[in-house]
Order: sequence, then C-alpha cells, then structure tokens
Amino acid sequence: MPQLNIADFPPQLVWLAISFVILYILMAKLAIPGISEVLESRQNRISSDLEEAKRLSEDADKAKADYEEALAEARAKAHGIVSELKASMAKEQDASKAELDAKLAKKAQAAEASILKAKESALSHVREIAADTAKSAVGKLVAFDVSDKDVEAAVASSMKGDA
Amino acid sequence: MASEHSPLAQFEIKRLVEWNVGGLDVSFTNASLFMVIAIAAITLFLTWSMRGRAMVPGRMQSMAEISYEFIANMIKDNVGSDGRKYFPFIFTLFMFVLFCNLLGMIPYTFTVTSQIIVTFALAALVFVGVTVIGIVRHGFKFLTFFVPSGVPVVLLVILVPIEVISYFVRPISLSVRLFANMLAGHTLLKVFGGFVVSLGIYLGWLPLGFIVVLTGLEFLVAFLQAYVFAILSCLYLNDALHLHH
Repeated sequence: MPQLNIADFPPQLVWLAISFVILYILMAKLAIPGISEVLESRQNRISSDLEEAKRLSEDADKAKADYEEALAEARAKAHGIVSELKASMAKEQDASKAELDAKLAKKAQAAEASILKAKESALSHVREIAADTAKSAVGKLVAFDVSDKDVEAAVASSMKGDA
Repeated sequence: MASEHSPLAQFEIKRLVEWNVGGLDVSFTNASLFMVIAIAAITLFLTWSMRGRAMVPGRMQSMAEISYEFIANMIKDNVGSDGRKYFPFIFTLFMFVLFCNLLGMIPYTFTVTSQIIVTFALAALVFVGVTVIGIVRHGFKFLTFFVPSGVPVVLLVILVPIEVISYFVRPISLSVRLFANMLAGHTLLKVFGGFVVSLGIYLGWLPLGFIVVLTGLEFLVAFLQAYVFAILSCLYLNDALHLHH
C-alpha cells in the first residue's frame, strides 16, 4: 500500500501542518467573524423588528381603547343633550298651555260679563217700553193724560205681580 | 498488471517539487497541492459567498451559514457553552476534512484524507489537544476519568486498564475510520472502473451502473466521515472539559 511508505510521511506532515495552521488563521480571523457578524446582525434585526411590532400593536390597542372611551363619552353627552332638550320643550309647552288657558278663561269671563250687562240693560229697557206703551194705551183708551209717575208705579206693581 | 493501473496507484505520493531543508524532506507533493487547493477552496467559499452580507441569504450564503451553524450547534449540543472557544478549531477541522473528501470525488484528483499519516496526524492533534486541555483544567483529578464511579473496587482492577486502553485507542480509531472509508471507496471505484473496460461494450454497463450508485454513496460518505470526525472530536473535548461518562 503506497500509504505506508515511511519516506512519504515527512513532506505530508510538514505540508499538513502548514495548510492546517494557515486554514485555522484564515477561519478564525476572516471567515468566522464574517459569518457570525451577518448572523448576529440578522438576529438583532429580527428581535428589533419584533419589538417594534409589539410596540405598534400596543399603540393600536391604546388607540382603540381611547376611541371607545371617546365614543362612550360622546354617547353619554348626546343622551344628556336629548333629555335636556326634551325637558325644556315639555316645560315650554306647559307654560304656553297655561298662558292659553288663562287667556281663554279671561275671555270667557269677559263674555259672561258683557252678556250679563246686555241682559240687565235689556231688562231695564223693557220697563221703560212697557211704561211708554202703557201710557199711550191708557191715553188712547180713556183720553186721559196719565202722569208718568203713576204709569211707572202701575208697571212696577204689575211686574211685581208677574214675578 | 502495470503499477499505473493498480487500484492503489491513485494513492501514490508524487513529488512535484523536490525540496530538502536541513535533511528534512519537505517536497511539494500531489498531497500538498490538494491540501493547498482545499484551504483555498474553503476560504474562497466562505468569504465569496458572504461578500453580500445579505439580510436574506442567497444560495451560496445559506450554505456558508449552514456550515457555521451546523458546527456551532454540534458544539452547543455535545460540549456546552464552555466549548465555544474551541469553535474555530472544530470548524477548521470539519471544513478541512469535508473539502479534502469532496475534492477527492472529482476524477483525477488526489484524496488527501486517504493517507493514513494525514488522518492520524489530525486525530493525534485532537487527542493531544484534548488531553492537554483536560490536564490543564483538572490537574490530577483528570486521572479520575479512568475510574468509573459507583463500581466495586474488585472490578476496578479490570475496568481501569480497559478505560486507559480505550482512551489511548481513540486517535487510532478516529484516524483509521476516516482513512479506511476513503481508501475503500476510492479503491472500489477504481476496481469497478477496471471491470467496465475489461467486460467491454456488452457487459460493461453493469459495473458502470454500480459505479454511478457507488459515487452517490461516496458523496454521502464524504459528508458523513467529516461529520463523524468533528462530532467525535466534540465528544472527546466534552470528556476532557467535564470528566463525566
């Protein structure tokens, strides 16, 4: 077997030592730092991206909570405005109704008073007319001039009798 | 059969540049050439693919990153956090063995890891390094590694020599496993290649089909043996660092 030729050992050992030492130095100083740097920066990038994503999602959650809070507040406010409006409208309505009632009551009262007055005046006229009629009738019947005083007394007594 | 056509001829060391320094033969051989090609290919692969430093990696960058993470996870799972500082060594070892194995799969190339002296040197480096780490870290307590806990004293007489032997066999098993896999695979490919020629146009297709299947298997073996070499180094390192069985 050619591998067991002892004379071939020294050059192989020498060149193996040279090659292996050079390769070790190249790996340790050049290749390994290059690769580990890239792997490390990728790892950093991934973890920083994850952190950023987490932060953004937290922000989004916060924004959502804020929005919901604002919405609830707006709803409460709107509700307040509506009920306030309702109350004020009801109050206004009540006031105008009361005013109208009062006006109508006043008008009714005035109407009643004027009716009463008209009635009274009508009644007083009836007496005068009756006295006049009675006087002229007596004058025509008996050609006798009756004094106004007597006529009125007679009318009053007859009306008394009627009553 | 001429030696050029022997299935083992592919493992012969050829001196491309004869060179002798102070009586030591340091000739640049075909093995040396493929070691240099391997380290150049590894360095080019890992730096060229990472040149974009893209946040989202492309195909080549993914391969470089997967190689890195593969070894990083292997150390994390088998050694733990104090194995981190040995990452460059394990990574270098894995990439070197993997690229030597894979370069050997290209026709007319030389497979560095099919040389027992190379695999043994790498295994011995791991063995000596791990033993030194164990002794520096634990001092004399390192010797308790050879004494299984919770065993009767009578049994220790048998068990301690077994533990010692199994410890010192590690560099041999580690190196022979890789060497034998590469040797067997490449020899088998060469032998069946010879069958294709000798059986001719009618029957030669059968060994040719076998070669196709075997080539696929050899690619698997190339990865698997590099993985086994690296993970066993991790396990030995873990034993030295933590001393538990």
